[in-house]
Formats: sequence, structure tokens, C-alpha cells
Amino acid sequence: MSEELGELPEAVKAWIGQRLYQQVGEFDVERGYVLTSCASVENGNPLFWDEKAASEITGGWIAPPSMLSVWFRPHHWAPQRSGASQPLQIHFDLKQALDLPEAIMTENTIVFHQPVRPGDRLETCQVLRSISPPKRTKLGLGRFWVIDVEYLNQHGKPVGTESYTGFGYRRAV
Amino acid sequence: MPIAPRLRLGDVHPGDPLPDLAYDVTATTVVLGALATRDWRPMHHDQDFAQQRNGVRDIFLNTPNQAAWFERYLTDWTGPHGRLARMRFRMNDSVFPGDRMLFRARVEKVAQDANGCGWVEVAVTLSVGERLCTECQARIALPADAAHNPWKLEGNRWRP
Repeated sequence: MSEELGELPEAVKAWIGQRLYQQVGEFDVERGYVLTSCASVENGNPLFWDEKAASEITGGWIAPPSMLSVWFRPHHWAPQRSGASQPLQIHFDLKQALDLPEAIMTENTIVFHQPVRPGDRLETCQVLRSISPPKRTKLGLGRFWVIDVEYLNQHGKPVGTESYTGFGYRRAV
Repeated sequence: MPIAPRLRLGDVHPGDPLPDLAYDVTATTVVLGALATRDWRPMHHDQDFAQQRNGVRDIFLNTPNQAAWFERYLTDWTGPHGRLARMRFRMNDSVFPGDRMLFRARVEKVAQDANGCGWVEVAVTLSVGERLCTECQARIALPADAAHNPWKLEGNRWRP
């Protein structure tokens, strides 16, 4: 089976463990997007809708913890940007480098630290942790990989970490 | 008058079920969720792309929106004093327009740490009919008593 995908390139192996794509978010955390997110899942938690509850319980407005990755997803278009900008860029780098045209996420772990608040400007970096040998699933032949994403606020305090397991593959014929 | 916690550690026991949540998914649910998470990838809004490139029957819920659904489900139960510490979920199958999502959960562990913070671990499933689409393990902090607020914990006193 490994012959069908070839060996893992040395250049790709070298990415493992490196802190890559360190970046500051394109925009501040903002409450309008918090409400858009809550509306999408009908989340009526008063922390996001009731200023008294937010003030008393969390010391002011916060963003839903599960929105961590939202603050780094680039605009679909921006002036002076050449080419598409992708969130979780290592995932797309792996697809291209390993010639695996399709990919899905299969597992996600999120650990939440300090609350994220409107006005925060977060920073992030991506770390590729591992790449599996070739695997065949019902979707096709490919490889699994694990990517960690670390998030800090503008004070350098950790606000969360995410770990994604992705599967890049060639579709079963 | 201060807002009282809806759920305290003493109210929760291993084996307790959480209330079910059922939700009928439409194309709007999927697209709204994708836009709310700033996920512009076409398999979450373009049916032709989902069918022809991903080989699935329709557009489907994206990962960060599923995280938002799990958060909503869990904090519907805990109330606003419940502080989410960790979520791990594994997607076995996709959720499509026309599906009825059913969230179900059970408390697995209950504990209290040295800082007096209450902790519960919950196993959640998201199913559509007989299909188990996503499994989620969550760790949530709860007030141990009326005076305790997990949101006040910082630094190494917060142990997610």
C-alpha cells in the first residue's frame, strides 16, 4: 500500500515539531460575531446576551470558548492579498506536499484557558505533531495527521489549545 | 441579588443522564453554522462540490460549528456558572440537511480539586437515527457551593 502513496518526503518530516505560521489575528474579537455564533446554534447562555449576568459571573462580556478558531479564520477576500489565505495552513500544505487532494477532520480536542473577551487580539501558531503511515478508509487511501494550534491573548496569556486529527486522501474509485 | 448557580457539584452524580436535545437540520443550519465560524470552504455551502469532490450526499456541518453545538448543549444543562474546560470529539459520520440531530449525554465522573472547584466529565453522543455521527468527551467546572465561581479561577488554579 505504501508504494501507492510513496515514502514520506524528508522535507515534510522536517515540519514535525516546528512552531509554524505564528500570526496575530486579522481583527479584534468582537461581540457581533459572538451573537452570530450563538444564533447559529440557538445558544441562549446569558453570559452572551445579558450584561448583568456577564458582569457578575465573568467580569464582563466573553466569547463562547468554542469560538477559539473563529478569530483566526481569514476573510474570504482582502485587498492586497495575493492568492487564497487558508486557516490551519499546515493542513493544506500537507495535502499539497503529499498529493492528497481531499481531506477531512476526524477528531478535535480543545482545552480552554483564560476567557476570550471582545477587544482581545489573539495570537496563534501551528505545530505538526505526527503523520501516519498510509491508511485505507471508506473514503479512500491517505494518511492521518495531528496538528496542534496554540492561542494566546495580547497579554501573552494562554487562552486555549486545539489539537486536530485530519485525514488527507485520494478518493476510492 | 446575585444570580444563583443553576447546577452545583452536589446536584450531579456519575451515571446521571443529561436532558436530550433534538434539532432538525436544514441547509440553512449548515450554512449559518459555516458562516458563523467563518468557514468559507465549499463543502459547507455548495451541494455540487460536496457531492462531486467529497463524495458525500450533501453539504454537511463543519467541525467548529459542531463544537458550538456541543457547547450549547452542555451549558444549557449547567447554566452560565458552568465553565467548559476541555472538549474532545470524534466525527464518525457527517450531519446533513434533512437529518434530525439527537444529543444525548451521561455523567461519567464527578470530582473536586484542592482549590474547591467541582469537576464533571460527561460523555455526549450526536446521533442521527441509527447513525452515531460524533462522540464528545467534555470536562466542565461547576460551583461546589453558592460562594464558588469557576470563572474566577486563573493561572495554575485553573486546571482544565
